[in-house]
Amino acid sequence: MADKVSNKSVLFNPFSKNNPVIVQVLGICSVLAVTAKLEPSIVMGLSVIAVLAFSNVIISLLRNTIPTNIRIIVQLVVVAGLVVIVSQLLQAYAYDVSKQLSVFIGLIITNCILMGRLEAFAMANRPWPSFLDGIGNGVGYAIILVIVGFFRELLGSGTLLSYQVVPQAFYEAGYVNNGLMILPPMALIVVACIIWVHRSHNKELQED
Amino acid sequence: MNFLKKYLDRIRPNFEEGGKLHAFHSVFDGFDTFLFTPSTTSGSRGTHIHDSIDSKRTMIIVVAALMPCFFFGMYNTGYQHQLALGLDEFPFWQMMLYGFLAVLPRVVVAYIVGLGIEFIVAQWRKEEIQEGFLVTGILIPMILPIETPLWMIAVATAFSVIFVKEVFGGTGYNVLNVALVTRAFLFFAYPAQMSGDKVFVATGKALGYGQPVADGFTCATPLGQIATQTSDQLTLTGIDGNVITTWDAFGGLIPGSFGETSMICILLGAAILLLSRIADWRVMFSVFAGGLLMGWIANLCATPTYPASYLTPLDQILFGGFAFAAVFMATDPVTAARTRTGKYIYGALIGVIAVLIRTYNNGYPEGAMLAVLLMNCFAPLIDWCVVQANINRRMRRSNVTSKNA
Repeated sequence: MADKVSNKSVLFNPFSKNNPVIVQVLGICSVLAVTAKLEPSIVMGLSVIAVLAFSNVIISLLRNTIPTNIRIIVQLVVVAGLVVIVSQLLQAYAYDVSKQLSVFIGLIITNCILMGRLEAFAMANRPWPSFLDGIGNGVGYAIILVIVGFFRELLGSGTLLSYQVVPQAFYEAGYVNNGLMILPPMALIVVACIIWVHRSHNKELQED
Repeated sequence: MNFLKKYLDRIRPNFEEGGKLHAFHSVFDGFDTFLFTPSTTSGSRGTHIHDSIDSKRTMIIVVAALMPCFFFGMYNTGYQHQLALGLDEFPFWQMMLYGFLAVLPRVVVAYIVGLGIEFIVAQWRKEEIQEGFLVTGILIPMILPIETPLWMIAVATAFSVIFVKEVFGGTGYNVLNVALVTRAFLFFAYPAQMSGDKVFVATGKALGYGQPVADGFTCATPLGQIATQTSDQLTLTGIDGNVITTWDAFGGLIPGSFGETSMICILLGAAILLLSRIADWRVMFSVFAGGLLMGWIANLCATPTYPASYLTPLDQILFGGFAFAAVFMATDPVTAARTRTGKYIYGALIGVIAVLIRTYNNGYPEGAMLAVLLMNCFAPLIDWCVVQANINRRMRRSNVTSKNA
């Protein structure tokens, strides 16, 4: 195995320069769906980190024994098993949040980031770099989720983690929560703003 | 005017390359060309001038065409206010003054926010200031309920100027109609403030003028009333309790968004736009045709589930913002389809969809805004199909001739 890429860059690149959401534009549908509030965004982010890291490790351990023809099915089985575990844990210990996230925990299976990392990285690398890669990409995804969830909950509901943040005096002065922020289209625009800021800081990512 | 010209010429060197105020040259340039003809002329080669209409003049004609609706909106605002107060006297100038004072802050806010953003972006990109916001700024208060809070207008204007216009490249590059996106943003972000039975009539003091209306007063727009009715006999009432007839909708003394109520004034504006050939008659004509057609179909199979289907086709185009959208929104040359056949398709679909939405979705009493925005998205596709069909037809013809030869 030619390990040209250092473990450090494997872990930290996906945070910004190679972020799965805002650079590769993967996993957008769950970003739109679960970020209306901050709490589900954080839980969703943690779940994806866990599933991605462990499925990367498992696939990396199995990579030399998986027949090429059925590798996608094997990957799916591994991810599905982990997703079921996460889902059961959430239902046991964080029932309210798991109800808010509804099908989207189950839909981690279809998250493009997972398949992408398994195919592109875990199938060709040893377990430790694969683990770091999973953590890195999961955190990169979670960062965006939390930023979007922060702005959507703050502007859409006036709360953060269900605590009232916008003072009552604002409402008495005529301030109204922005109902559009609760709707998915605004998540797309918040993601677009993050991409905008990110690309203007990283000029090499700009396309013509 | 001469001294102004001299003054501008005197301060001009400050704004040129190397001058101390060079950073603001596009602001200076914008004002200079707005007031006077530019001193530079095109060279003898390389430019082709069709006529004397430039985009500044186009915009000013559209603003002029909006003026009948604007003045009528002022009158109607004052009139509805007097009705809400329960007064019997309607002194003309008093009502005009009240309407003027009620709408003035909204116009000012829309212009300051929109032009401010345009100026900043133009400075930043080192481009000339485009005049596209001249029309948008006057349209925004006209398509909003008179009681929309000012800060909401500011937020929505900023949102739509940045995300609909500037990120796509500024004036002339926007996919969607900027003024309509402002309204759509308000409609979805602050539904309680944008619909219902209070916002369409000015009830407070306007800049300290007029009297506040007592509580317990309600009046929805005709379309808003229809959406809540269940019998097949539609009863539409004005603020004073009198029945609203088709003629009232034609004249326009009914509650509604500021500029959209009067069909007469919209027709006046349409005449100005058509005579000056700023707007295309194909779009206007086909929007009305589509609306009448869909209104007729809806009326044929009217059911109590969808009360708006009891409206006659004529009422469908007279009530609400349909006519205003057809004349001033659908014809926006930037966002409409550009090919001739495309204009017919584009317009007809706007008419059909507008009536479709307002009839078969009781949640949205007014469909014209959503219809125009939807078709804005489809306009490039319609154009592409029309052009492609034309290319195919010509290809076939050329094949036939080459075979014969």
